[in-house]
Amino acid sequence: MTETIQFELNGKPMEMSLDSERTLLWVLRSDLGLTGTKYGCGASHCGACIILVNMKTVRSCMYPVWYIKGKKVITIEGLSKNGDLHPLQKAFIKHDALQCGFCTPGMIMNAYGLLHHNPQPTVREIIQGMDQNLCRCGSYNRIIDAIQTAAKEMKGGRQI
Amino acid sequence: MKKDKYLKIDSSDINTPFAMDRREFLKSLGGGIIIVFSIGELSVLGGGILTKVQESSDLNAYLRVKEDGRIDCYTGKIEMGQGVITSLAQVLADELEVSLDQVDMVMGDTELCPYDAGTWGSLTTRFFDPILRAAAAEARAVLIELAAEHLKISKKQLEASEGVIYDTKNRKNQVTYAQLTKGKKILKPLSEKPPVKTPSEFKIIGKPELKADALAKVTGEAKYAGDIRLPGMLYAKILRPPAHGARLISLDASALENIEGIEVVREKDFFAVLHKSPEIAGEAINKVKAEYEVPEPKANDETIFKHLLSVASESNLVEEGGNLKEGRELSDITVEEEYLDGYVAHAPIETHTATAKFEGDKITMWVSTQTPFGTRQAISETLNMPLQNVHIKQNFLGGGFGSKNYNQQAIEAARITKLSGKPVQLVWTRGEEFFYDMFRPAAVVKINSGITNSGKITLWDYGVYFAGARGSQLFYDIPHNRTMAYGSAEGAHPFGTGAWRAPANNTNTFARESQIDIMAWKAGVDPFEFRLNNMKDERMIRVLKAAAKKFGWPPVKLPGGKGYGIACGVDAGSYVAQIAEVEVDKETGQVQVKRVVCAQDMGQVVNPQGAILQIEGCITMGLGYALTEDVKFNWGEVKTRNFNTYEITRFSWTPKIDTVLIDAQDSPPQGGGEPPIICVGGVIANAIFDATRARLFQLPMTPERILAAIHKG
Repeated sequence: MTETIQFELNGKPMEMSLDSERTLLWVLRSDLGLTGTKYGCGASHCGACIILVNMKTVRSCMYPVWYIKGKKVITIEGLSKNGDLHPLQKAFIKHDALQCGFCTPGMIMNAYGLLHHNPQPTVREIIQGMDQNLCRCGSYNRIIDAIQTAAKEMKGGRQI
Repeated sequence: MKKDKYLKIDSSDINTPFAMDRREFLKSLGGGIIIVFSIGELSVLGGGILTKVQESSDLNAYLRVKEDGRIDCYTGKIEMGQGVITSLAQVLADELEVSLDQVDMVMGDTELCPYDAGTWGSLTTRFFDPILRAAAAEARAVLIELAAEHLKISKKQLEASEGVIYDTKNRKNQVTYAQLTKGKKILKPLSEKPPVKTPSEFKIIGKPELKADALAKVTGEAKYAGDIRLPGMLYAKILRPPAHGARLISLDASALENIEGIEVVREKDFFAVLHKSPEIAGEAINKVKAEYEVPEPKANDETIFKHLLSVASESNLVEEGGNLKEGRELSDITVEEEYLDGYVAHAPIETHTATAKFEGDKITMWVSTQTPFGTRQAISETLNMPLQNVHIKQNFLGGGFGSKNYNQQAIEAARITKLSGKPVQLVWTRGEEFFYDMFRPAAVVKINSGITNSGKITLWDYGVYFAGARGSQLFYDIPHNRTMAYGSAEGAHPFGTGAWRAPANNTNTFARESQIDIMAWKAGVDPFEFRLNNMKDERMIRVLKAAAKKFGWPPVKLPGGKGYGIACGVDAGSYVAQIAEVEVDKETGQVQVKRVVCAQDMGQVVNPQGAILQIEGCITMGLGYALTEDVKFNWGEVKTRNFNTYEITRFSWTPKIDTVLIDAQDSPPQGGGEPPIICVGGVIANAIFDATRARLFQLPMTPERILAAIHKG
């Protein structure tokens, strides 16, 4: 069932020959070495594995790799541009919105998708949009603050 | 697997097993000044924890001034989100007179770092900071001596700042640490301690600092044990039984023959598959047909409390005072209650993980462990290898909370890499994580207490079963009291139990603070006043008053579903008081915690920002054990296997959290990673009672239990 698939990964064209039924998360983590995307539950409950596919958030532990054929994939590694941190990454640092950091890539990627579709969310909308992402260390309130700060900064015109 | 660790767990706060081993780690070092300091130096701290420590003269920790002037701080502690990667660097930088960004932390590496028993018990700041400060002060003293020789000036005329030593009469006359240390190696045991700074001299300690590891974590660059990629590495999956205690009867692995690239290892009942793609290994292991004999269930999550009480056969007196009979006679009102607490999982988002490789006769491992040195010991014993041939390397942990004191996955990965001869990574699935977690034990607390009509507590007869004694000691002023801890030998629990963030104290504080609240209501006294009326401990009084002031106690009560509760406690040397506001839907039993105020006296605070993060984290995490977290099982069959049936706190549950850190910079630092979680069950239970007049005697306080309590009236 080996198949050649093409897609864009963090802005670069990619071509891979592999069993296209394989799980997107593990292809990213093992074959491509992009270990920023995390395994947390394997059943879409926790959000640690969230990436963006054509600017939609995707829980990569539940998707086959053929899903990204011809699409644009962004992982946490692709968020900063030319060494400049994305406003969300800066805001997470500024608000100390993490502890162990294991859920952080999924949190940031989900927030990235949220802000793409709703650039100025209310606190209620942030909570709704983020509620399926789990953080055991308890950084939720700070993450909400960080997303608000990033939204404000991005209002200045920076596209995501 | 060892079970029933209750006696060990409950003492983990006060009686630390600092079993030392001897290492010759200095041999491997290059240039620069090395300051060696011994755990024996801890004797200055006093207290029971040090009994074993004083007997040991083994080296405990060191730092190194590198030739480029940067400082390596080597510690056997690990970073799992609690923030010591930042606070330890602050301590070192302040005492050594360098800037914070000059310090590089090297943590938890068994070849580079000195022995450490483990990162647990909120011990790092309490017991490692003083050692590190003493060492840094010594290093500074040595550097100034060297500078005096170099500059040919009396050392009394020299001062150090930001890694430079200069002549106080002519600042241009200076020399850097880098210039002094270049090419030199000095080994200097700490026989005499130069004085460490007094709090008024601190420049970095006590100042809020953002997390030093944040940049690596927001970019995805931070490496956890499962992020290591080795050439030729295979991913392993292990055949698992359906229940704890199950015995393998037959195994048919013939279905694996058609899977390309699959490898199999087997050693008796230990059966694992390996593949270069992790999910193919996962699919393969599911194709193995295995039959097991499962032991007859003795209890499930509903009947476990009766079972535990029936097998409790050992008792320990924790403390006693006065005479219970007299206390009973003095009591106008007595309250006898029983509190229950179910099994709770640690559920860190990173599951137990280990990566392992052999090179010759030496094994190198990256392990998600809170105890790298204990893991090294276990690997050495399992594989029958000398200790020095086992190297546990540094990585971040994706949460610990006590779960990663136990490292079955490391032993498994080591066995597989040995059997297969290949580099191996083992990442437990979430299902395995729940199955093999060393749960916080289910527990029962029985309290018989009494008060006079004027609201003075006269009697306290307290028995805790299977939780452990930590947090059961009285800080209320009760003339006639007895506190007992009960448990049993092996076999009481169907699965492993262990230390869960502030072991035993969550259970004990929930029970005690509920009982105090019941007595306050019976006496008709405000629960804040009632507590003050029954204690003399100045530190506890101070945190209670600080919390009340911040919250605005007494609250203005309006009609509706809102309620307000108080709870307080002591853990890891820190004093905590919390006040919560909750809203209860009396139709559904749903609780929304609106606000929690936490005041904490943790002595000297190294990083106030980090301390506040720990308070917020504890309260947020604590909502889970208070409201939802409950492992379901039928004896050894663990039914709770993922987050859909094990609800941990979410964004939408998280209350507004306000914190007050008591200014106590002149007193020794105390624990910070665990204390604020102990009050969460009690404070919410008491607030629910205030809102509904329904008393909850069992954790978690699920909507079903709340409705049942409301209907019971």
